[in-house]
Amino acid sequence: MSTTDSRTRDTLATYVLSLADDALVSAQRMGEWIASAPQLEEDVALGNIALDLLGQARSLLTYAGSLTEPVLTEDDLAYWRDEREFRNVHLVERANGDFGVAVVRLLVLSTYLRELYARLTVSTDETLAPIAAKAVKEVDYHRDHATMWVLRLGDGTEESRARMQAALDAEWPYVAELFDGGYVDLALVEGGAAVDPAQLRPAFDRRISDVLAEATLRVPDVRPAVTGGRHGVHTEQMGYLLAEMQHLARSHPGASW
Amino acid sequence: MSDRREWPLFEVFVRSRRGLSHVHVGSLHAPDAAMALRNARDLYTRRQEGVSLWVVPAAAITASSPEEKDAFFDPAADKIYRHPTFYDVPEGVEHL
Repeated sequence: MSTTDSRTRDTLATYVLSLADDALVSAQRMGEWIASAPQLEEDVALGNIALDLLGQARSLLTYAGSLTEPVLTEDDLAYWRDEREFRNVHLVERANGDFGVAVVRLLVLSTYLRELYARLTVSTDETLAPIAAKAVKEVDYHRDHATMWVLRLGDGTEESRARMQAALDAEWPYVAELFDGGYVDLALVEGGAAVDPAQLRPAFDRRISDVLAEATLRVPDVRPAVTGGRHGVHTEQMGYLLAEMQHLARSHPGASW
Repeated sequence: MSDRREWPLFEVFVRSRRGLSHVHVGSLHAPDAAMALRNARDLYTRRQEGVSLWVVPAAAITASSPEEKDAFFDPAADKIYRHPTFYDVPEGVEHL
């Protein structure tokens, strides 16, 4: 393999791993809502969404693992990497707050993912394109679900509105990291395999501000938080999340059902 | 905030494939019809059970009551002439 090929594979693996980790870590957080949502029906809805995200994570992890030398499995990547090797954004690893926070986070994430996957369906990468084609329908539904709740809670009672605005204000500093394309190799974008997330921001802002306006909420005017998830720098909560996610696989290596 | 116990009950009907009618599959709680439809999608069609969904507010259904059962249904029991059993079925007719 030539140096150029091997470099492209490395940067592609990094890119795919970043997408995979966003999906994996948000699936893990979302799964924590099962049996804790306001209603049994919502437990199932959030559980389904978590499983969709987990499915996306599995496809992406498998692909990322196939690009490394030696080849790694999805389990190697999910269970045997340490915190500094995870490349997800801080938004998805933050501890769950109230249901308003869950709804806001889902709206932000699914609106971003919807734009991202829609563009990746025409990726020149022959594995990423079909993964995105499947995922885009799933995140479209996630966005619909989150929008439903934002409208009802935002334009609801005084308390629900206040809590939704508080959730927005708390999560908004972590939005900017989604669109910071510093981790994406320029050659991948130019080659049409990857998407520069900065290009997704205008469409994201339009959709979000439409939903928030209808929900009588305002787009927060806050400074971006200091982040670094794409480079393996995570918040304190990430360690606890990984401990829960990985302990079984690490306590019983090679165990199967 | 309205009490969660006040969420109305909806009855869910699923059409399993084109050409069949919607069949009652169960019920759920939701704050309104739009959310009920989404909850129904998640609860009753997650294993590809359907291609179409109806949700109906349970309160909108007028049902026969168990007390009226005798008056409603028993008189039909001995009216055998209401069943098309007195016709000879011509040979070669399928799907009868």
